[in-house]
Amino acid sequence: MIQRLLLWADDRFGTGTFVHHALKKAFPDHWSFMLGEINMYAFIILLATGTFLALWFVPGHATVVYEGPYALLRGDKMSEAYDSVLHICFMVNAGLLIRQIHHWAADIFVAGIVVHMGRIFFTGAFRNPRELNWIIGVLLLFAAMFEGFTGYSMPDDLLSGMGLRIAVSILQSVPFIGTWATFFLIGGVWPTEILIERLFITHVFIMPALITLGITVHLMILWRQKHTQFPGPRRTEENVVGAPLFPLYTFKSLALQFGVIAMCVALGAFVQINPVWLWGPYQTWKAISPAQPDWYIGWLEGALRIGPRWAIHFPGHMIPSPFWPGFLLPLVIMIGLFAYPWVEKFITKDYRQHHLLNRPREVPVRTGAGVAFFVFMLGLFLAGSDDVQAAYTHLPLNDLVWFYRFFCLLGPFAAFWITYAIASDLKKKGGTHRAERVRLKRKPEGGYEEEPVA
Amino acid sequence: MNTARDRAIAASLLLSIIGSVGFMVAYAKQMSTQWEGFALACVFAGFMLAALGWSRWIIPHEKVVDLRDTYPQPLEERAGMVDWWEHGVANVTRRTWLTRMLYAALGVFGIAALFPVGSLGPEPDDALFHTRWKRGDRLQRADGSLVKAGDLNEEAAVTVFPEGSIGDSQSMAILVKLPDGLVKDAPQGYIVYSKMCTHAGCPVALYRSIDHRLVCPCHQSAFDVTNNASVVSGPADHPLPRLPIEIASDGYLRATGDFPEPVGPGFWEHS
Repeated sequence: MIQRLLLWADDRFGTGTFVHHALKKAFPDHWSFMLGEINMYAFIILLATGTFLALWFVPGHATVVYEGPYALLRGDKMSEAYDSVLHICFMVNAGLLIRQIHHWAADIFVAGIVVHMGRIFFTGAFRNPRELNWIIGVLLLFAAMFEGFTGYSMPDDLLSGMGLRIAVSILQSVPFIGTWATFFLIGGVWPTEILIERLFITHVFIMPALITLGITVHLMILWRQKHTQFPGPRRTEENVVGAPLFPLYTFKSLALQFGVIAMCVALGAFVQINPVWLWGPYQTWKAISPAQPDWYIGWLEGALRIGPRWAIHFPGHMIPSPFWPGFLLPLVIMIGLFAYPWVEKFITKDYRQHHLLNRPREVPVRTGAGVAFFVFMLGLFLAGSDDVQAAYTHLPLNDLVWFYRFFCLLGPFAAFWITYAIASDLKKKGGTHRAERVRLKRKPEGGYEEEPVA
Repeated sequence: MNTARDRAIAASLLLSIIGSVGFMVAYAKQMSTQWEGFALACVFAGFMLAALGWSRWIIPHEKVVDLRDTYPQPLEERAGMVDWWEHGVANVTRRTWLTRMLYAALGVFGIAALFPVGSLGPEPDDALFHTRWKRGDRLQRADGSLVKAGDLNEEAAVTVFPEGSIGDSQSMAILVKLPDGLVKDAPQGYIVYSKMCTHAGCPVALYRSIDHRLVCPCHQSAFDVTNNASVVSGPADHPLPRLPIEIASDGYLRATGDFPEPVGPGFWEHS
């Protein structure tokens, strides 16, 4: 069947040679190369489940009285948006399942991007000629975080409303343009009647389109430049050694795809996530405590909590303190991630093209810097739940705030030093290349001979 | 030949089939999220195991070697590209003044295309500088009832709005009844602050009577109610604005004006 389709296509478009090479395309054999695919498959799950949810969700601000089956909210006033989410949860067959799969897939999507980026960073895969794909990857990371934030902000429950309010306050804190940007983006003074519609179109059209475009370009560049690979027998800068796309890699990748789907479905079935009916509808004067965002916004929440109380006053103007941790810090981090390939080139003066990867130990400075950055982000992330930690440990909250301030300032240096020491030590001991695998063959006349295995 | 491996793959596919049938049954009978999800997870877990088995045991582990294209491409092709581009550009820009005119037209259009951005929202104007509170407004709770002197016990705190504006975010305020005399100019101990946190706009929803602190649940800014809501701890950088009130002759608490400063988080035009 498919073979006839391939022949049909070749008759009309002359695609035979391309498909031939595509089917035989080499995919390097290392588990870490499959991390990026997790994100692609999570994104496919998000598109499928998101389409289902969009068929039911009402992006409306108008007030309705809840008359559904959830007794604790019956008779309460709420927005059409929140009402429709409750409808999805309690009335649409498999609605809650799909919603929870969607939410879990989103969390896995962002997590997968972070882990994939870690792989790219620590093995030096971002080096010439792959700088553009690194940039697209960083853009995709921030796009995915923003997409996730708009997604969990739409249901108009109390928790999401608080998160949105904080995000709007951060935008409002930007010097010169903050107030105007806020009024234009949300359409007036918080809370506006147009906001849910704008979140909706951002979440279901603008961002998915941009992310799809980003992934497409990302993969086209990957296809054109071919994969990187770890050094090993027969592997050089001029070739790629691996499993052919069809059939071996196709089945490996399918196994991963079904695994990711099965994981998301099982999580959606058994592990409750964001039970919006418990939070109640958003009302401006209400709040819940403790309140934590989805994991990938946790570092921003932590930054806001331990950020310095620096308000700068000018005659008739001010820069409020949320600007530094809420806007400037993420901006600096994003620019730093963009710039990293060029920073490394500038420092090492290595402008050559690289298709063979480093093991993390081979470049202790880079590895140390990467671990230091992760420790910094971990500190911010943990600070985002300092109130919960204070409640459990009975430590004074302000002590925890100061602990995380020191953690974020000093921890990265310690992490760099330790990582650098370990990596240098491993590097000295050798083992930077995998031992060549050989097959021992017994000779008819006695004795053995070695035969290299690729 | 039926090896144990073949049977394992067959069992995986059987798991998938059972899962699909189970999902159809669970869906048709509108069973719980857990059953529907469990069946669906079995479908995909079965597919996963089958594909895994196939790739490990059925399909031979061939290796292929792709040669990379080298970049940049051969010099003569690159030179050809550059030549043809320069040739084309030279042909287009034969009239210098027309080229400049074209750039000017594109630039002006670029500016014109930005104008519709202005329709996205209203201008901020002075919207952040005032709320709906005005002289004479009574204090209304979220349930609609009006606050009279003597309604609140000592150390009680309640959310209030200007009469008729329940839910208005800019105007939301918190009324605290302190022990009489603790704050000099608080009539009978009643004192009102904006409920919008000056850090990131969350409602300052927690009142701790033991040390008269208002605490924001979002980032734990704490404000001292007895000292003009000055910041005691946390990331907030200025006090909560205080609403001037009086106890009118009819016994109702009434505002004597709007908040003296903008409420909520800081912004560029805030001084």
